[in-house]
Amino acid sequence: MKSLRYGGLAAAVLMATAACAGAGGGGGGNENSINVLMVNNPQMEDLQKLTADNFTKDTGITVNFTVLPENDVRDKISQDFSSQAGQYDVATISNYETPIYAKNNWLTPLDEYVAKDSGFAQDDVLESVRQSLTAADGKVYAQPFYGESSFLMYRKDIMDAKGITMPEKPTWQQVADIAAQVDGAEPGMKGICLRGQPGWGQLMAPLTTVVNTFGGTWFTKDWQAQVNSPEFKEATDFYVNLVRDHGENGAPQAGFAECLNNMTQGKVAMWYDATSAAGLLEGADSPVKGKLGFAQAPVVKTDSSGWLYTWAFGIQKASKKADNAWKFISWASGKGYEELAGKSLGWSRVPDGKRSSTYARPEYLEASGTFAKQVEAAISGTKPTDPGVQPRPAPGIQFVGIPEFTDLGTQVSQKISAAIAGSTTVEQALTESQALAETVAEKNRGK
Amino acid sequence: MKGAARWARRAPLLPALIFTIVVTQLPFVATLGISLMEWNSLDPENRGFAGLDNYVAVFTDSGLRSSVWTTIVLTVTVVLVSLILGLGLALLLDRKFFGRGAVRTMLIAPFLVVPVAAALLWKHALYNPDYGLFNGLLKMVFGEDGPHVEWISDMPLVAVEAALIWQWTPFMMLILLAGLQSRPPDAVEAAHIDGASSFQIFRYLTLPHLRQYLELGGLLGSIYIVQNFDAVFTITSGGLGTANLPYSVYQTFFQAHDYGRASAAGVVVVVGSIIIATFALRVVSSLLREEARS
Repeated sequence: MKSLRYGGLAAAVLMATAACAGAGGGGGGNENSINVLMVNNPQMEDLQKLTADNFTKDTGITVNFTVLPENDVRDKISQDFSSQAGQYDVATISNYETPIYAKNNWLTPLDEYVAKDSGFAQDDVLESVRQSLTAADGKVYAQPFYGESSFLMYRKDIMDAKGITMPEKPTWQQVADIAAQVDGAEPGMKGICLRGQPGWGQLMAPLTTVVNTFGGTWFTKDWQAQVNSPEFKEATDFYVNLVRDHGENGAPQAGFAECLNNMTQGKVAMWYDATSAAGLLEGADSPVKGKLGFAQAPVVKTDSSGWLYTWAFGIQKASKKADNAWKFISWASGKGYEELAGKSLGWSRVPDGKRSSTYARPEYLEASGTFAKQVEAAISGTKPTDPGVQPRPAPGIQFVGIPEFTDLGTQVSQKISAAIAGSTTVEQALTESQALAETVAEKNRGK
Repeated sequence: MKGAARWARRAPLLPALIFTIVVTQLPFVATLGISLMEWNSLDPENRGFAGLDNYVAVFTDSGLRSSVWTTIVLTVTVVLVSLILGLGLALLLDRKFFGRGAVRTMLIAPFLVVPVAAALLWKHALYNPDYGLFNGLLKMVFGEDGPHVEWISDMPLVAVEAALIWQWTPFMMLILLAGLQSRPPDAVEAAHIDGASSFQIFRYLTLPHLRQYLELGGLLGSIYIVQNFDAVFTITSGGLGTANLPYSVYQTFFQAHDYGRASAAGVVVVVGSIIIATFALRVVSSLLREEARS
């Protein structure tokens, strides 16, 4: 009994210390150094390699990087920023966090820096990306490092063999028809890969874009939950049926990584997911390289339906080195860095999807010619504040930009994942989800 | 005078006592305090005293309630099955045979695999409907048109349990093997001479002797499996009704950033564990007493 009680206590200790971690501290190092907390994506690792020999050499500012996997970095950032400990001057945040953090007064607005820094060329940043990093007060709070949208990737060779032409802007109905036709085109090949793994950043991301284009929404402008509305239900039914009838095997466990695997291994003919997957599928060692075509995110009632996600740099309000921090952001998010990365690491490794000038560079287009234009079109076509057919209470395309969404989205995704597995119905899943969404709506109505 | 002497003896021990209280009890008190607050790190404007709201949320949340049930089912199944399998293996390993050391080492291996790596192994190498070993075997035996099983989707909880049983059977086997090898050989010999059958020896000598080892295995196993996180997180991401309590607390804490509700859930878990452990131990100890009487 004793050991059990201490087992429970140990869990409590862990939780309490985690809650307190991040308190205290305060920026260390000398005057001419900044601390940067960053996600460990390959593009960021490239940035880390190039910093000392370029940025530090030119400006004399030393950059201390802390690099962590996505889940850990989110956690650490939210703890450091929420306590305004000021341990990190700059952190990578996404367009989900930026408006929320800005509202909480955790970020330094960047407009003045942008105005003074003539070389930065804010106009060159893609409109939708810039908008997604602008808070409700109209100020810009973060600068993008790279951006992505979602689109439809398909096997051109399979379509050609079946005599199917993929429209440049397909509708979901067309995609479902094509999925039925190409299902089984090769032994063991399924029509389409769609995420079914629970998680607000897994299943919920593509599904919410489908809900948007079917005319549904999570919440009305005045915070009424709409999860059991006919449009939301129709979209979810469509998604669940499509993946059950013609989707990949093991769909309730398939996320981005599993679908990438399925597509690379020739187990599926189409895949609707992040544009950042294109570079991996067209990579030098990919078995499907050269066999792919790319179309815009399928639509029903809206003009476009792709999501928008960007990793961006923001400055913590408590930072005492905001000027140096801006110099770093200006360098890392600027045009000059793309040039540097392209020349020293290869043009396929340029952090893309954020500046229109990227898509005018001949060297870049040569390295990513099959998908570069579609990616630019997909990102430019997104409307982060108005992604559906009705006004929204909070920004976001594949998420709702409120703190409660990570939890709500994850819980709802677990229920829909169960519907994909066949252990519950869409009807049942959405009825239960509506109750959860109603609690969140009620809380926000009171504000 | 007497009191002063007592204190003189106690005083040097006080720092240690205070230290113990600080490291074991204060964090729990802090957790208790946080559990009474509305505290979502992403929403600092609404931070404040919430009374028992978080506890109400914990008890009315259907997801959390079903995760309590999942935790119970998962723990009981895994502990019982791995105890039975571990007992079987321990009995086999207790005999002398050629290569016993090598077999024992191989049997222990699953327990030495890093839990998250083991979960990944099961998810991808064994369960995957396309390239997993299980469906590969089905295909080998029945051909291309043979049965196609979606292991995780069709039997999510069993899938998680199987992976955990695979990891925990060696642990049970080790404990029970130690018990078997501490069994006095002369008693067994005497029973043989008295004409007892192998089953009778097992039932009336081995099993009673193993009782405390079985209990120890069961208790240690339960403590760890109640807290299991890796398998649920990796294999199903808490979907398909497999979210257990640790996963739900993790989700509330790290994904929802709701420190208040997560702390309340944590407190409920501790209280629940204490109640269950008290009852379980009472049952076990009364059994022991009966055993002693009979």
